[in-house]
Amino acid sequence: MQSYEFGLYVFMLAAFLGFELVKRVSPLLHTPLMSLSNAISAIAVVGAIMITGDANASELTRWLGFIAVICASLNVVAGYLITDRMLKMFKKREPEK
Amino acid sequence: MIEAVKEFLPLIYMLASAGFILAVKWMNNPATARRGVIIGEIGMLLAVIGTLLRVDANFTYIFIGLGIGAAIGAPLAYKTPMTAVPQLTALSHAFGAAASALIGTAEFYQKSPTGFTMAALSLETLLGYLTTTASIIAFAKLQELMPTRPMTYKGQNVVSLGTLCAAVVLAIFMVAGTPQPWMFPTFITLSLAFGIFLVIPIGGADMPTVIALLNSYAGVAAAAMGFVLDNRLLIIAGALNGSAGLILSIIMCKAMNRSFTNVLFGAFGQVATGAAAAVAQRPVRSATPEDAAAILEAASSVIIIPGYGMAVAQAQHKVRELYDVLTKRGTEVKFAIHPVAGRMPGHMNVLLAEADIPYDKLLEMDDINGDFSNTDVALVIGANDVVNPLARTDKTSPIYGTPILDADKARTVMVIKRSMSPGFAGIDNDLYYMDKTLMLFGDAKGFVAGIVKELQGSH
Repeated sequence: MQSYEFGLYVFMLAAFLGFELVKRVSPLLHTPLMSLSNAISAIAVVGAIMITGDANASELTRWLGFIAVICASLNVVAGYLITDRMLKMFKKREPEK
Repeated sequence: MIEAVKEFLPLIYMLASAGFILAVKWMNNPATARRGVIIGEIGMLLAVIGTLLRVDANFTYIFIGLGIGAAIGAPLAYKTPMTAVPQLTALSHAFGAAASALIGTAEFYQKSPTGFTMAALSLETLLGYLTTTASIIAFAKLQELMPTRPMTYKGQNVVSLGTLCAAVVLAIFMVAGTPQPWMFPTFITLSLAFGIFLVIPIGGADMPTVIALLNSYAGVAAAAMGFVLDNRLLIIAGALNGSAGLILSIIMCKAMNRSFTNVLFGAFGQVATGAAAAVAQRPVRSATPEDAAAILEAASSVIIIPGYGMAVAQAQHKVRELYDVLTKRGTEVKFAIHPVAGRMPGHMNVLLAEADIPYDKLLEMDDINGDFSNTDVALVIGANDVVNPLARTDKTSPIYGTPILDADKARTVMVIKRSMSPGFAGIDNDLYYMDKTLMLFGDAKGFVAGIVKELQGSH
């Protein structure tokens, strides 16, 4: 079995799961959902750390990785914070006394 | 000790993946959505910790990088006004995609991969670079640093597709044979250029769909990176994102009655100018805040149709006051939210929620369209294309077939608008010329404030 074969199955299953989950989100929340999934796509930060932290990294690799870490962590922080800021605003009005 | 910890690293990654899945799942419902964000944050934290435990060098670079990113990202997220969320998402995308692209580039020069790994790396780099430039263009269009109208020229599709094909052919050469030194830089340039060509011809109104699609690309790029680095967490998060972005952009296309290919090869707005010129000189009836207040006073049911213009004028808090005053008088007030009100689906909900308007008063188009005929007043604030009856009647109109809110069916229609200038789609609106329509010219915020003052003064 090729080493990537397992990965392909994982990819396929996760993709179907994504479809099913997102289909059910109400349009009310589409904007926060978009920014949440933007935040999740910042998972590239994992790759950025791996490539920068490689002990055999060349000068070029290290700098590319360094810039990638900055970009990805910016995406993580901005993505999650803005999503949270939006969702904080969604509330039902308290019943009037 | 460190060795013992390393044994459990896969577990940390698995928990991180579960966190992302739950995050998207809990986004289903406003009641659980915040919990979703928190679990997503925990997932990301676990992912970062789990990765830091795996690497063994250059920690200074990593921590400085993380620090700089957070130091720029946090103020960006806190300072950006809610009206500019679509732009911020686009910008944030550009950075995320740039990260994927740079990692791909670094991997290429570090490991000279071959076969399947090289194919995955090509996909990662292609999508990474094109998403970067495409997101920057999307940002510039939404921020109106660039003209929002679609920019088209002759032979456009040939140029775009040619660029993509050239990039793909180069990638095939690099996978099949030994890459020559010039190949990879050329591949990068082509990818960057294709990103620009992809978004330039798309109009500002379609930009949210594009952002969702770019989101999908960024996800697939991350998944491809997972294959290159043999990392399942990247594969899962990337695939989740890839499909989420894709289905979201399809849902948006449906809401706007635009076919997917049409958005991508858009030539929207070209037919529009002729139609607009023909109807430019028709008379309209205008009214003052006092007149408007008198009509609202007499009404027992009101539907407010907010649009992006309301948000730009920062009128949502005044609209909340109007809502309060009218509700107190016993008038039934509802809000009709078009699926693409604001700049992207759900954007208007966010803006109104910011002003403390309860979200159970915000009704989706399909739920409220039947109510207009029994409604005394439809008050349109800064919306235009989403209430244009031409979308139902005029087959030659570029917006024909787009689902709209049937504001024209209410007994009286009032439209608050700065001037008679056309909306985002660049076409005239028949609604304004109807006998039962009153145009309320002015700044949305000031005008609504005027109405509220009248209503408060009158009891």
